[in-house]
Amino acid sequence: MVKAGASPPRPRVWQLWRARARRVPLHTVVVGLCLLWLVPAVGLLVSSFRPPRLAAISGWWSALAPPYQFTLENYRAVLSAYNMERSFLNSLVITIPATVIPIMVAAYAAYAFAWMRFRGREPLFTLVVGSLVIPLQMTLIPVLRLFTAFKLVGTFPAVWLAHAGYGLPFAIYLLRNFMGALPKDVLESASIDGARPLAVFFGLVLPLSIPAMASLAIFQFLWVWNDLLVALIYVGGTPAVAPMTVTISNLVNSLGQNWQLLSAAAFISMALPMVVFFALQQFFVRGILAGAIKG
Amino acid sequence: MNDPVVLAIVALIGVPAAQLGYAVVIEGILERVPARWERILRPWLWLAPALCLLSVFLVYPALHTVYLSMLDARSATFVGVNNYLFVLTNHDMLLAVRNNLLWLVFFTGITVSAGLLLAVLVDRVRYESLAKSVIFLPMAISAVAAGVIWKFVYEFRPAGASQIGLLNAFLTAALPGFRPVGWLVNLLTDNFALIAVGVWIWVGFSLVILSAALKGIPAELLEAARVDGATEWQGFWRIILPTLSSTILVVTTTLVILALKAFDIVYVMTNGNFNTEVIANRMYKEMFNIHHFGRASAIAVLLFVATVPVMIVNIRRFRAQEAVR
Repeated sequence: MVKAGASPPRPRVWQLWRARARRVPLHTVVVGLCLLWLVPAVGLLVSSFRPPRLAAISGWWSALAPPYQFTLENYRAVLSAYNMERSFLNSLVITIPATVIPIMVAAYAAYAFAWMRFRGREPLFTLVVGSLVIPLQMTLIPVLRLFTAFKLVGTFPAVWLAHAGYGLPFAIYLLRNFMGALPKDVLESASIDGARPLAVFFGLVLPLSIPAMASLAIFQFLWVWNDLLVALIYVGGTPAVAPMTVTISNLVNSLGQNWQLLSAAAFISMALPMVVFFALQQFFVRGILAGAIKG
Repeated sequence: MNDPVVLAIVALIGVPAAQLGYAVVIEGILERVPARWERILRPWLWLAPALCLLSVFLVYPALHTVYLSMLDARSATFVGVNNYLFVLTNHDMLLAVRNNLLWLVFFTGITVSAGLLLAVLVDRVRYESLAKSVIFLPMAISAVAAGVIWKFVYEFRPAGASQIGLLNAFLTAALPGFRPVGWLVNLLTDNFALIAVGVWIWVGFSLVILSAALKGIPAELLEAARVDGATEWQGFWRIILPTLSSTILVVTTTLVILALKAFDIVYVMTNGNFNTEVIANRMYKEMFNIHHFGRASAIAVLLFVATVPVMIVNIRRFRAQEAVR
């Protein structure tokens, strides 16, 4: 900036600086809000590496000045003694099938809704749109009884099926809108050339829908990974199956003031979704923009 | 039934194989039936897996819950509207309704307006995408983890002791004579402390959608207004706000549903203590602590009734979209 001031006439420099100064409040507000959003999470991360003795008596920010005293002990403790290792595995075993199952089921249904003519198509799809906002609470008791009758309470398949069912309306809605917008002439000329629906679906519709399915997969993955209510109701009482959200919510009660342990547990549960988020943010945002009415 | 290794294999190989197999089998059947039947059957066979799941996990349970809401605690005898009368006059439940109204007004209002304000502000800085990523980040983590993060921020130690919670430490340092507040137990602050966590999570959602819509406003339109002497402020109220109104409605309806169903944050941070109870947590307690399935169902039905207006708005909007397709 000093260098730039040497050549142009003085008034322009002055104007430039005045324009900059006018933008100071703007930058202050934006940067300030970003800090407000980040600092609580940074505090959690820092605390998770602090020795218990210090975490109990001083704020996490005091760890940022020397003498630096950090430890991995908290992670070791929550993973082994507080069931977090098992819970992490459980979260994975719950989330992956609960993401895979509804997407393919929804793709078949979306194909029918978008490209086949049949009686009752509009009312049926309106029902799907309506069911986007049905509170899960409406379904908990009958589904719990159904699972009890089939001895599925406290098992992984119960959670897979429940999440598949609950995720379907949004998945069908998103995919049908995407598939419906695919170029009509391409699909029709394929059928005229004698391609069977099976070939049209797997050869054209599915490959063309990959962006939408990727958005959906990330969405469903994060939704299931972060879910508390469904897991609490259908496997809540079974530690061997409980995902991390359930385990951590129990730890909040039992560990109380042991912030270094709670923060380590919370961070273990946040790590994977944050990686997914940073790696695939564009798909996630696209999914949100495409179907902002999920309930 | 719960060996993770066996289950993982079943899930990762068996499930996709079964799904692919299904499509091959139904098309195989359709090739062998008369053409007239083929046309009628095809859509329904492609829809069948989805319709089965939807019926078992949404349609049937929703209807059955309405029925259960008119039975007693053990779903044995018919009690008519007694559960509803209890739920609508019970003190805890009325408190929960009041708190959900607080969520509805403050969570929705603040999240939409903060998202809109931020969308306009970040549009003017060069580090826009970085700022948006930061604000959006809490969307990726669970409400449980967010609850832990903020419980720690709100941590309270008596005056004089060293504050380890960020909020009390900051305020004690910044304001001389400030007495630390137990944010999650103080009846004046606790509901707002919880709502703030919801806002922290969801502003990113509102920001991303509104920001995308904002980019859709032609730059010439705002430029023309500026040339005609309109201030930024007038530009916001007369051009940006009216143009974004339909997007604002979409964001608002989503947030209204979230406010009505608020559960995770409350369950983790206060479990409804100190007058922070919400309807969804009330239902959980009726179900698992008190084991009164009639009342729990009645609460679920009331929650559903509250979402019906949003459902109607969504269906209307969907019909309007279809009309222009």
